[in-house]
Amino acid sequence: MDTLWSQNKETNFLATSLEQLVSWGRKYSMWPYPFGTACCAIEFMAVTAGDYDLARFGAELVRFSPRQADVLLVLGTITCKQAPILKRIYDQMPEPKWVIAVGVCASSGGFYQNYHTLQGIDGIIPVDVYVPGCPPRPEAILNAVIELQNKVQKEGFRRDRGEAGGTLLGIPAAESKVSLPVVVAKQEAERKRREREGTSAAKGSSEDSEVSA
Amino acid sequence: MSRAVLEELQRQFPQYIRETHSHRGDDTAIIDAEGLIPIVTFLQEKISPRLGRMDKLVDICGNDYPERPERLEAIYHLMSTDTWKRLRLRVPVSAAEPKIPSLVGHYKTANWYERETYDMFGIQFEGHPFLKRILTHWKFEGHPLRKDYPKEKRQHLDESAPIEWFGVKSHTKDDGTETLVVNIGPSHPVTHGIMRLVAELDGEMLVDGQVEIGYLHRCMEKEAEAHTWGLVMPYADRLNYVSAPINTQTYAMAVEKLAGIEVPERTKWLRMIMAEIGRIMDHCTLLGPALVDMGALTNFWYFFKIREAGYRVLDRFVGSRLTSTCDRIGGYALDIYEGFEDDVRNIRGVVEKYLGDVERLITKNRVFLDRTVNVGRMTAEQAIAFGLSGPIARATGYSYDVRKQYPYNFYDQVDFDVVVGSAGDTFDRLMVRVYEMKQCLRILEQGLKGLAKTNGQPVMADVQDMTLPPLEDTYSKMESMIRHFNIIYRGERIPAGEAYLYTEGANGELGFYLVSDGGGKPHRCHVHPPCFSVMQTYTDIAKGSLLADAVIVFSSYNIIAGELER
Ligand code: SF4
Repeated sequence: MDTLWSQNKETNFLATSLEQLVSWGRKYSMWPYPFGTACCAIEFMAVTAGDYDLARFGAELVRFSPRQADVLLVLGTITCKQAPILKRIYDQMPEPKWVIAVGVCASSGGFYQNYHTLQGIDGIIPVDVYVPGCPPRPEAILNAVIELQNKVQKEGFRRDRGEAGGTLLGIPAAESKVSLPVVVAKQEAERKRREREGTSAAKGSSEDSEVSA
Repeated sequence: MSRAVLEELQRQFPQYIRETHSHRGDDTAIIDAEGLIPIVTFLQEKISPRLGRMDKLVDICGNDYPERPERLEAIYHLMSTDTWKRLRLRVPVSAAEPKIPSLVGHYKTANWYERETYDMFGIQFEGHPFLKRILTHWKFEGHPLRKDYPKEKRQHLDESAPIEWFGVKSHTKDDGTETLVVNIGPSHPVTHGIMRLVAELDGEMLVDGQVEIGYLHRCMEKEAEAHTWGLVMPYADRLNYVSAPINTQTYAMAVEKLAGIEVPERTKWLRMIMAEIGRIMDHCTLLGPALVDMGALTNFWYFFKIREAGYRVLDRFVGSRLTSTCDRIGGYALDIYEGFEDDVRNIRGVVEKYLGDVERLITKNRVFLDRTVNVGRMTAEQAIAFGLSGPIARATGYSYDVRKQYPYNFYDQVDFDVVVGSAGDTFDRLMVRVYEMKQCLRILEQGLKGLAKTNGQPVMADVQDMTLPPLEDTYSKMESMIRHFNIIYRGERIPAGEAYLYTEGANGELGFYLVSDGGGKPHRCHVHPPCFSVMQTYTDIAKGSLLADAVIVFSSYNIIAGELER
């Protein structure tokens, strides 16, 4: 088998077709683990309910055990108390696994710029898709799921994922492949982090209050 | 209101009372720390029933005035369940020796409130059985709500508290077997991600336990001190995010009370309508998942149909579904949209249809009854001792509804019933909410009539320096633009003083204790969240039941982390 994969990876008909098949299977049978901590989780409940119906995307079976799930949806603010638990849950999930950071809190800390709030989960675990909004509308969450499906289709099943890096609070994680429409949110988060490091605590946070728009 | 109580106190304890005053209808006594126990004992037991025994402790919080010699302060809010009188006690202490006797022996509910005040301000409550941090991480250093703790000062906190920290130990029973200590949560489906329970189990029975909360302590109160009065609104929204309109209007009303702003009639009607929509949505969010925890998945979808009908109104009214931030200080930014009445009336149809379905599914359902009837019983005395309010307290038969006892807006002009239970078990806790939703519909109907009567009136008070000018003027008139600019950048000029205002939130009495120093930002903004006292009862109520039932008790509590931990 080994040689089958390693020889001519690009042109090997069997390998590429199988790869596509597996990715196709994966993308339509995601089992999400909703790590809901705050307001965004309520909006996610609306997404699973009848009107928006996440089941249409094959991600119907919400699991509350990390060992049975492959998509970690982080829904809500992550505080210092919650952070070690989030990391542990992520570590317990079997590969392949993906992470969606739903809402500005999970993506960057949102308008909670203070002593007990993690400034974005990408400080402790790698993130695949960021969803801006406070909370994102259900359509945005569905869009994130579609984005993730596209990504899964593209990346194939032999990808090499960076390990989650750093310790808690502010040390950037290993780079993950970020999907395009949300790259802005990611850059925004990084800009904020740099700015914070640059100007330390002097920065006011009132400009973040537009997030409810 | 209870000026008579203050006079009585002054007569009885001249040596302890430093000052009394009544500001904006709130009676306050500032007392010495040594005087706390005698005064509270007197208020609880010996005061004449005509004045009302202060048998319920509503809330304890702290405050910090760095410029004073006795810079720290603990603030107690008491009430009487006979005469409904209220009283505030303030106890200043110095930072060098921040010691105040604990009230745990007098009021059970003092336990967690004192822990929180200790956590946030470092006030030592002497005689407290378990004075450890409650909201912040167990390794956290310093006391974040003191004014000299910088808002963005982060610490390296990387481990969860070990089981030993909770002091729950296994015991050897008479027959030689041992009880087992297990950790449940916080990331367990039944703890909804917000509670960690260290439980001592005897077989499948819960014998003892200690609850840890604080997983969503995102420092709302600290943030409030760093924002202008108006900009605190989005933070208030995210307290009980399930029924956001109630939070923002309570906050707005608290600021209005402090500032003495009178809002137009139309605003009051509109606020009632928004609050009842919020209440319906909140009850749906409790009932749906609670039934899912019992294995009844279908109801979840029915209840979300109702929620979507509420979302529709919010979405069209303010452009946002969940965290709507609809209120402003002084009223609403905009009047209702065209078709508002129809959308609100539509809620009635949706509730009747789906709630009817749910009732048919559960009320005669053997599994549902077996799992809820007589499970996790609570008595009215317990409810009062724990300072409870709202549907959970009413389920025990203790009939207390802020809308009836202390009517605000126009609740005294509408006709509705307070729903009470009798057994205080899980069944009652759930069913009280089902029937309350029907009462909400009655209020909505009458609210729409009231709204129609005030057509054409403004929805926003007009007070220079405190309320925003109408939006169209901001862009067309110079004075309005300057006023708008000043309020947004410098903050509302709220006169110095303090006020506590409470409304009937979906979970019970939701209160804001605000202190202004005359600047554009709150000096202190404390939230009295209804579910804080509720959560505290958990181990007491769940003790002695099977673990599986303890889970359902938790589901029936409606703990919303946003307001629990702020
Ligand atoms: S992003 Fe906004 S809605 Fe989501 S958890 Fe944070 S504050 Fe709540």
